[in-house]
Amino acid sequence: MRVAVAMSGGVDSSVVAGLMARAGHEVIGITLQLYDHGAATARKGACCAGQDIYDAKRVADRLGIAHYVVDSEARFKNSVMSAFADAYAAGETPVPCIACNQHLKFGDLLDMARDFGAEAMATGHYVRRLDGPEGAEMHQAVDPSRDQSWFLFATTREQLDFCRFPLGDYASKAEVRAVAAEMGLAVAEKADSQDICFVPSGSYAGIVEKFRPDALEAGEVVAEDGRVLGSHQGIARYTIGQAKRLPDAAAHMVVKKIEPGTRRIIVGPRGTHSAVVRLRGVNWLTAPRPLRAEVKLRARDSLRGASITPEGTGAVLTLDEPALAAPGQAAVFYDGTRILGGGFII
Amino acid sequence: MTRLYLDANATEPLCPAARGAALAAMETLGNPSSIHAPGRAARHILETAREAVARACLARPADVIFCSGATEANALAMHALGKGRPILVGATEHDSIRTAPSAAILRVNQDGTLDLAGLDETLAAQPGALVCLMAANNETGVLHDIEAAAKICAAHGALLHVDAVQAIGRANRGWLGMGAASFSLSGHKFGGPMGAGALIIRRGIEVEALTKGGGQEQGRRGGTQALPAIAGLAAAITQPYNNAQIASIRDEIEAFCTSLGAIAPGSTAPRLPNTTSLILPGVRAETQLIALDMAGIAVSAGSACSSGKLAASHVLTAMGYGEQAGQAIRVSLPWNVTADVVPLFTAAYAAMVKRCLRAPAHSA
Repeated sequence: MRVAVAMSGGVDSSVVAGLMARAGHEVIGITLQLYDHGAATARKGACCAGQDIYDAKRVADRLGIAHYVVDSEARFKNSVMSAFADAYAAGETPVPCIACNQHLKFGDLLDMARDFGAEAMATGHYVRRLDGPEGAEMHQAVDPSRDQSWFLFATTREQLDFCRFPLGDYASKAEVRAVAAEMGLAVAEKADSQDICFVPSGSYAGIVEKFRPDALEAGEVVAEDGRVLGSHQGIARYTIGQAKRLPDAAAHMVVKKIEPGTRRIIVGPRGTHSAVVRLRGVNWLTAPRPLRAEVKLRARDSLRGASITPEGTGAVLTLDEPALAAPGQAAVFYDGTRILGGGFII
Repeated sequence: MTRLYLDANATEPLCPAARGAALAAMETLGNPSSIHAPGRAARHILETAREAVARACLARPADVIFCSGATEANALAMHALGKGRPILVGATEHDSIRTAPSAAILRVNQDGTLDLAGLDETLAAQPGALVCLMAANNETGVLHDIEAAAKICAAHGALLHVDAVQAIGRANRGWLGMGAASFSLSGHKFGGPMGAGALIIRRGIEVEALTKGGGQEQGRRGGTQALPAIAGLAAAITQPYNNAQIASIRDEIEAFCTSLGAIAPGSTAPRLPNTTSLILPGVRAETQLIALDMAGIAVSAGSACSSGKLAASHVLTAMGYGEQAGQAIRVSLPWNVTADVVPLFTAAYAAMVKRCLRAPAHSA
């Protein structure tokens, strides 16, 4: 069958393209050009694409498959980068990779794959798609250190049905690299991508400054009883639970709340958590209903027991043990290895 | 799957005469700059090629400077002619001209032809400028009226350089005779191999080499000449071109596509016989390109960055097409095209239109 493969130029999606070609499918590699690499790295005369698109093209050549670069700069800027800055300005801690998966990879790219007559789209994500009695199910990757299910909770059931994730069954990244080497792909030893792709230097403040300079204006750090403890250099530099960058008068305290309207950071002692967490934008990968599950409140969080009650397009979590939940982050529901759904913390 | 190559303006298929000449030159031992017998044999090939090019271009052999291609020829022309002169370039020029440092832009009309009154006005304010204009546009095929432009330039003491890349072999003119100071050409755009081009420049104009090297090309372009590519270029430039037949195939394709809602910018202007630009309103150029490529049909759109990412066409933007400048493909028929392509192309185009207009367009 005709299969579209989302190729980033990294080793994972390159191996996926190779596996699909080896299985005898007609493979179409598609790389989204997300941002102007030359401008992002501020190197004069640098190509807009950078090394990754070049690598994706060379892999496609090597595999003898068609490959196209699709300009998604405008879409990425609006749906991911600008939304990222807006979230900080609203006092949230966003996860841009979820927005990118949701709007670009499993949105536009998947639609394009259908337009081009593909019967499936394969990606290099570490997650498994298994057929179950309710249709396609999403499960954690076999290798827990690589599992990306938390970042993919917003994939709809219809999208999931169309997708293939061949790397979810691999026991380790080393195994994937070995396949790349065996296929003769030059990217076999390429370093893993780090952090947020459009923040090459690791400092997201520059992006926030460009889109929402107001989120980097100074404000007050205030105790829960209203006492002013000091000042800060912009709410975008803080996230719920953070202890760094607080004035001396707030030593041993953490950020409890961020108030974008007044630009105030409210701090308090550690350990006073809440058991009730409200979610918006919930995506269900099972029939929506009140249920018991384990939830993850951030990417590297451990699983916590919770009762989940759907509420309109959102849901209410009641955690067995109170915990700190940062608005903007995702809460993802698990039943064993299976992802039942998830939503964004309000 | 039948594959159709309809992207001749990117590169023409190699013609058999060029292939033969290039292979023979490749088998010839010797550097044209050497004094010994093998050197003389190589030099004979080079100078025979120069004479053939001069004849085809209505110029003298000494006017022909061989180089790597038109990008280099254009740079050499601007270097030689632009000293101390303001540089004015047409809005629809190729990037090798348009993006020259400090170049000011000359307006075009909605049909893609040069706004001659505008040229006259601009030159009145900037006499003695260097004006760079293409003979034929690579995206629309539209021909500028070089003869008229040359007269206006002469009246204002301006020099004219013509980028003749798409016109050579398809719409040859004696551009030097019309008053141009120089023009550029590239072998692979008319059936020669890639890697050789030439600047044809009026006698008496001094050309200081951009790369001095060993003083080749009378000190005007250093570096050993790419003899096989030059021999192929010279063989290709004398090949006949079936203008009327190619135009009729192009017109048939264009009529079919416009009947399905496409717009053909520049089609009312004088233009090359092999080129049509086709806007499909509401459908991104890259979507059209990919769909046609998957159907085995090679066309192009706008100008691709080295990433393969497509920018909206600056040519159609200059002609006033707004966002539709990002919704056009270019069909350019090769010299060896036959009428068989018409049913194959039109069937694929119709299928593409049906799918793209049914599915939600990717306008993001």
